[in-house]
Parts: sequence; C-alpha cells; structure tokens
Amino acid sequence: MSQLSKALPKAKPYSLRSEIWKSRSSYLLIAPYFILFFLFTVLPVLMSIYLSFTYFNMLEMPRFVGWQNYVKLLLEDDIFVISLRNTLLFAVVTGPVSYMLCLLFAWIINEFQPKVRALLTLVFYAPSICGNAYMVWNLILTGDRYGYLNGLLLRLKFINEPILWMQTEKFVMPVLIVVQLWLSLGTGFLSFIAGLQTVDKGMYEAAAIDGVRNRWQELWFVTLPAMKPQLLFGAVMQITQSFAVADISIYLAGNPSVNYAGATVVTHLLDYGSTRLDMGYASAIATILFLLMVGTNKLVQKILRRVGE
Amino acid sequence: MAKTQTVKGTHAPVDTRPEKIIKLEKKMKRKSGKKKLNRSMAGNAVLFILMGICGVFMVLPLVMIVNNALKPLDEIYQFPPRIFVRNPTLTNFSDLFMLMNESWVPFSRYILNTVIITLGGMLGHVIIASLAAYPLAKHKFPGKNILFSMVVLSMMFSWTVTQIPQYLIISWLGINNTYGALILPAWAFGMGLYLMKQFMEQLPDSLMESARLQGANEWQIFWQIVMPNVRPAWLTLAIFQFQQMWGNTGGMFLRSEELKPLQYSLQQITSGGVSRAGAGAAVTFIIAAIPIIFFLICQSSILETMTTSGMKD
Repeated sequence: MSQLSKALPKAKPYSLRSEIWKSRSSYLLIAPYFILFFLFTVLPVLMSIYLSFTYFNMLEMPRFVGWQNYVKLLLEDDIFVISLRNTLLFAVVTGPVSYMLCLLFAWIINEFQPKVRALLTLVFYAPSICGNAYMVWNLILTGDRYGYLNGLLLRLKFINEPILWMQTEKFVMPVLIVVQLWLSLGTGFLSFIAGLQTVDKGMYEAAAIDGVRNRWQELWFVTLPAMKPQLLFGAVMQITQSFAVADISIYLAGNPSVNYAGATVVTHLLDYGSTRLDMGYASAIATILFLLMVGTNKLVQKILRRVGE
Repeated sequence: MAKTQTVKGTHAPVDTRPEKIIKLEKKMKRKSGKKKLNRSMAGNAVLFILMGICGVFMVLPLVMIVNNALKPLDEIYQFPPRIFVRNPTLTNFSDLFMLMNESWVPFSRYILNTVIITLGGMLGHVIIASLAAYPLAKHKFPGKNILFSMVVLSMMFSWTVTQIPQYLIISWLGINNTYGALILPAWAFGMGLYLMKQFMEQLPDSLMESARLQGANEWQIFWQIVMPNVRPAWLTLAIFQFQQMWGNTGGMFLRSEELKPLQYSLQQITSGGVSRAGAGAAVTFIIAAIPIIFFLICQSSILETMTTSGMKD
C-alpha cells in the first residue's frame, strides 16, 4: 500500500499526523501491551526516581527533601556501603564468570549428538528454572555434622569439627557466589546453544582453508563473530541477574546476615521497603540500583559490539 | 511494507550462484583441506574432563533433591550423611498429603489459586505480547523504535527495582489482594515481547502481503497467518511466564490466606523444622520437578525461539 502512494508523482508532503492516522491499526494492536507496560514498568521507574527525593512512609503524603536520602545513603549508611560492595563483587565475579561458563558449556554441548545435547542442556539449565531448588544447598551447608559438606570434610579429616558455614563471616560471600554460579545458566545459556546451531557449517570449512588451525582459532574468528547478536542478548541476561542477587542470600544467610556479610543492595532495599517502611529511602536505593544495572548493561553492550571487528 | 524481503531468520549469507557450482566448490574444498583438521585429541580430552567435573557439580544438588525425597527420616538424619538413598520409600509424600489435609484452608484451594494465576498470566501475556509484537516486527509507524528500545531497556533491570511504586500503583487501581495484582503486571513482561518480536521478524513478508491482496485486514492476518506460524514462540513465552509465576508466593500482593498460591503453602511446610523434614524434602522435589517437566516437553520449541533472540544493531 505504501508503495503505491510513494509511486504517485504528486506525493503528499510528509506529515506526522497523517502517518499516525494511517498506522492506527498498528497502534490499536500494541495498545493493550503498552498500556500495561507503561503502568507497571515505565511509571514505576519514574515514580521511584521522584520518591527518592522525598520522605514517604505510606501514611502521609510524600514530603520533598531534596538530596537528603542520597546524602544519608552514601555518607552515613555503613550497611549500604557493605551491601553495595557485595553487589559489585557479585557483579564483577558471577557476571563475567557465569557469562563465560554459559558460552563454554554451550560450545561444548554443541559438539555432541542431538539427543545427548538435549540431555546436557536440561542438566545445565535445570538449576536456574526449578524455582527454589537452591533450598537444597541448605542441606549441603548445614552447620552441624549432618551437613553434606561438613560430613565430607570430616570424613576426609580436613577439619576436626563442623563449620558453621553461613554464620562465619569469611565463608558467606564465597559460598553465595558458588551457589549463584550454580543457578546462573539461564536464558542466556539457551540463547547461546540456539545461536551456535545457526552458525553455517560451510563457514568452518572455508575457515579451515583460510588457515584456521585449531578449535580455539575457530571459536574466535568464526563462531563468536557469527553469534554476536546472541552474545549481546546473553550479556544483558547475565548482568541483570548478577546485580539482583537477593533470594539466595536471604534464604541461606538470612536477612540481616551475620555482620551483614551477605547483604546486597536488594536485601538492603527490602529491609527499608518492607520492614522499616521508609519508602523514600528505599526508592533512593532502588534508583541507584537501576542506574548501576542499566549503566553496566549499556557499557558492556558497547564493548561486546567490537567482538571480531 | 516493501522493505527488506530477504530471509532474516537464516543467518547464513545467501548464495545466489547456481547449485552445481556450489556443490563442486564444496567437493574441491573437502579434497584440498585435511578433514577434522581442527579437532585435536588432547583438546577433546581437556574439554570432556572439564565438562564432566562441572556437570557433576551442576547435577549433584539435583540428585540430592531426588534422593532426599525418597529417604526415610532416619536416613535424612544419618551420620555420616550419604547422598544416595538406601531404602527408598514414599512415606515423605504420604506425610506431605497428611499435612495438606490438616491445613486450615483446603489444599485444593491453593492448587486452584496457582492454576488461575499461572494460566491467567500465561494466556494474557502470550496474547497481548503477540498482538504488540506483530506491528513492531512487521509494520512501520512513528514511535516504533522508541517503544521497542524501551522494552529492551526494561530487560536491563530486574523487577525488584520497581517493586515499591508497583505496589502503590496496584493499590491505587484497587486490585490489591486479588488475583489481578499478580496477573496484570505479568502480562507486560518485557522479555516475552522481545522474544516474540524477534521471532516474528523472520516470517517472510510475502506471507502477509498475499493475505492483504486477498482482502484480509490486519486483525485477520494476525490470527490466521501470523499466530499459527509462531507456535514455538508462544510456547516459549508461556513457559518463561510459567517459570516466573511458579516461584511466586504472593508476597505482599496477596494477603488473604484463601488467595495464596501453592508455592506459599509449600514453603510453609518446609519451614516446619525437624518433624517435617521428610515432607519438606518431598516439597522441594515437587517444586523443582514441575518446571523441569514443562521445559522437557517444550525444549525444542524454546531453542527454536532462542535462535532469533539475538540483539541486532
């Protein structure tokens, strides 16, 4: 249809209003989704930014307090500093490591027969989908001698008495990082597996003639550039996930955890949002988290777009 | 509408030369280059050992879940702890059913709640996300790119960020403490729309063009042409939505006991201490097994959808 109107010699001058009127059926189709999207995603982000500049306890109207929440957060709140440090540690360690693991496992799985491939995909993907399967880690990490880990270490004579894993400050973060890695092979991992299967086999043959000698060169020069769109998507998934760690910390280490060793920005947010009902302050935490997540994502996107160029 | 007509779905460059030449070229390539040049035995060994170690690490907790569910109580509290069950029994499951019957709200009610919330969330999400994905993938209209990049942006932060304002909005709408408080926000799940739009983009435009020439309107094209062709994608959206909904305990949105989902009551059982350790193990098994079963059934559809999940510039 649009072709015809363009072909006419006396085409109407471009007008936004007529464009919009012409596309009314498109707008009608997207309306239900985007009304809800604005209501439950866009508006909350804007509200969160607004509320972060107020004092709001859910009973009275929000009262504007300027930068006060942020000043308190960054200068006076020692627990926030701990939780921010922990969250950044999660982001810096589990983010890249889980991303590499997703890629590595997907790449190896891709070498197998389709049936084995399906089984391995299930095995590696399972921890991230089965809801609260991390509960089982509680059995492994139980502080008495009935815990699997303590039992094993006692039997191997590495330790003489059981260790209270989640009550000992220095063990909390390393353990949480391991558990987080265990359940981090999620949507990004599936995307990589699918992406690898679309790489044209002919390209490998051509590359072999061009002098690509081993599988590592093949990965770097052929596979990665070919699946760049999936790499970008996977990065978004892994980064967002690594910044949002909270559930496993609350379940395994408690909230508050011993000396706040397992506190993350999200557990801190939940503390103020649902326990202390200081919504202005909680919104300031949420806004900082939002900026951190989006900022990191944007930065990594920029870097990854250079792969293979 | 007459923009790019090329096959977007297949990422391979399209070779337009006659088939004979291509075949001949491939034959020559095979003869000239040594076969399997790029697969060394040592490399294979390293990779498979690595894979084996990591595989055991990934599977072991899942194996524990299964074995624990089958252990009699004395084996659960055994020293030294063993991973594998010796005398498998189903008493944990019968204990669980006994506990279920004792609950204050009939247990079937929790199941019904979960079915309503999950099905409502899945159906609504698949329908309205597909409705929105179709114009975003196949039409040209002002504001399209901005709207889509907002959805992409929404995947870059987790829902915890918007929790508090979302709670306020739900209260204003007066749907707090109803099923709607969980279902409506779930319909606007960002990744679902994203995956659906990417998948629809690879449908050839000629499909819709020919329907248009036969006088079909956009509504008819959507239901009769587009939707039947994106079946893997709507299965994927449904499964991802299910995974989101399945772990939901209702939290602050559902306060009435008779509206709470299954997950909530199951978690109540697991927090019951030593006397309920057996039933708790059965609960953990059920919570973990159901999403895995669903994934198992839909795995090929999901992977098919994920091939188009990539982010283009």
